Amino acid sequence: MGIIGADLVRQDAATLARAMAEGEVSSEEVTRAHLDRIGEVDDRVHAFLQVLSTEALDAARDIDRRRAAGEQLGPLAGVPIAVKDVLTMTGVPTTCGSRVLEGWRPPYDSTVVERLRAGGLVILGKTNMDEFAMGSSTEHSAYGPTHNPWDLERIPGGSGGGSAAALAAFEAPLAIGTDTGGSIRQPAAVTGTVGVKPTYGGVSRYGLVALASSLDQAGPCARTVKDTALLHAAIAGHDPRDSTSIQAPVPDVVAAADEADVRGMRIGLVRELRGEGYQAGVSQRFDEAVAILTDLGAEVVEVSCPHFEYALAAYYLILPSEASSNLARFDGMRYGLRMGDDGARSVEEVMSLTREAGFGAEVKRRIMIGTYALSSGYYDAYYGSAQKVRTLITRDFEAAFAQVDVLVSPTAPTTAFRIGDKVDDPLAMYLNDIATIPVNLAGNAAMSLPVGLAPEDGLPVGLQIMAPPMADDRLYRVGAALEAALVDRWGHLLIEEVPAL
Amino acid sequence: MTSLTRADVEHLARLARLQLAPEELDHYAGQLDVILQSVARVSEVAADDIPPTSHPIPMANVFRDDVVRPGVRRDDIAAAAPAWEDDRFRVPRILDEE
Repeated sequence: MGIIGADLVRQDAATLARAMAEGEVSSEEVTRAHLDRIGEVDDRVHAFLQVLSTEALDAARDIDRRRAAGEQLGPLAGVPIAVKDVLTMTGVPTTCGSRVLEGWRPPYDSTVVERLRAGGLVILGKTNMDEFAMGSSTEHSAYGPTHNPWDLERIPGGSGGGSAAALAAFEAPLAIGTDTGGSIRQPAAVTGTVGVKPTYGGVSRYGLVALASSLDQAGPCARTVKDTALLHAAIAGHDPRDSTSIQAPVPDVVAAADEADVRGMRIGLVRELRGEGYQAGVSQRFDEAVAILTDLGAEVVEVSCPHFEYALAAYYLILPSEASSNLARFDGMRYGLRMGDDGARSVEEVMSLTREAGFGAEVKRRIMIGTYALSSGYYDAYYGSAQKVRTLITRDFEAAFAQVDVLVSPTAPTTAFRIGDKVDDPLAMYLNDIATIPVNLAGNAAMSLPVGLAPEDGLPVGLQIMAPPMADDRLYRVGAALEAALVDRWGHLLIEEVPAL
Repeated sequence: MTSLTRADVEHLARLARLQLAPEELDHYAGQLDVILQSVARVSEVAADDIPPTSHPIPMANVFRDDVVRPGVRRDDIAAAAPAWEDDRFRVPRILDEE
């Protein structure tokens, strides 16, 4: 089928890139179609905090000119993309979903943005998120929630709900997310899209506003496994400006997605990440997907990771501890909001008033938990113990990967819940990340991809694939094989079933 | 485990430089207490012989080449400052009146 006459916003990135390379359509036309779509639907979805219409069209025309001049361009040149508002982009407001950074224009590009530009991708805008990436629903954004395109009354997941909703609403074919405890994978699961958290250190954190530095990792989001691989390859790789960046070749994720073959692979079901606590329709679609993997020639076995039940507790000590020190920089002195500077108040009073006015409830809760966990007298019992649990979880993964090539679980215990249901119940909100957190603690790579709609509510279910550090390619090998088998069965991608907005 | 009081939260907020309103203190005291009781179970398995992990992918002595490259321009820093005066950040007084 030719691209001419097709609805450009419903095409995947690989198709758009090919059509542009063959001269069937220009980047300007593709970009304009997505900007028009954003104009049509984003008042209801609210995926974007900032739409960069002028900049995007300028970038698209530049790519079209360079292509016409015969320049060799990257595989995603001219394809539009949405970027989570936690990555800096020169001169463009970067808010992290917070009032404390309202209107702040960073003076430098993050490495991820730099690589997107170098690859010729067209940045459409900055997407909504839970404030400083703290949340699982995008309700903790200071600028209002994002709505799930499958049901506008429901959450799109979080913290990267804006990026996931932009994909599901056909506002962008690609998006960048960041994942500290599941913020790429859980939104992917509840919006019927694909998202990957690369190995820690696989994608540079330079210019990624820090939440918890030992957990944060930026990664690719898309509607297909192949598109996710293409974006992964565009942003990954060593960066001397991030001292935790891995100095090794990026696994060939695109080739793995093309191979899409699980024959002979050993796949482990994590006993502790299924069963009780998981919604019936989530378990059903997960079990069906596992049966497909068996049919495709994989050997599926059950493995136990006995310390995973402590992962949530360890995470909600380590993350707040790191966050409380990272967010100390928001003091109203050098950039961002300043409150109460009346000439009489002291610097300490101005800081306290600024932070009180600039931070939302979830950020305040986590800063105080972190302050408590790191205080003398409590440090060993809380933060010290959590770091030991982190070791135990890493050992569980090592033991499991001695037996199998990848592990699988449901990505999230439930489908998308209603906006408002859990917003003031922190523990209930934290449980959404129960299956995604172990990977962040150990630094592994993981993917979520859609495996169907839960029969009871008709909402998307995600399956998580977990691989050892630096084996990100295995995610794509398994994910692409499963996606192809599901498309065979359904006749289309799951996202094609999203209701018209 | 002792539970977190309103006074504890007030102390934590002061350490964290958060000027919480009185109703916030009440609200957070209950919530933080529930969270802390829940996360305290990490101590159940944190035996003495288990080494702590601070970074998932350990690396040591990471250096980059010592070459001059452009930094952030001072004018850009000034433009983002909440208050700028005489080529410097203007800040409130740093000493308390005692």
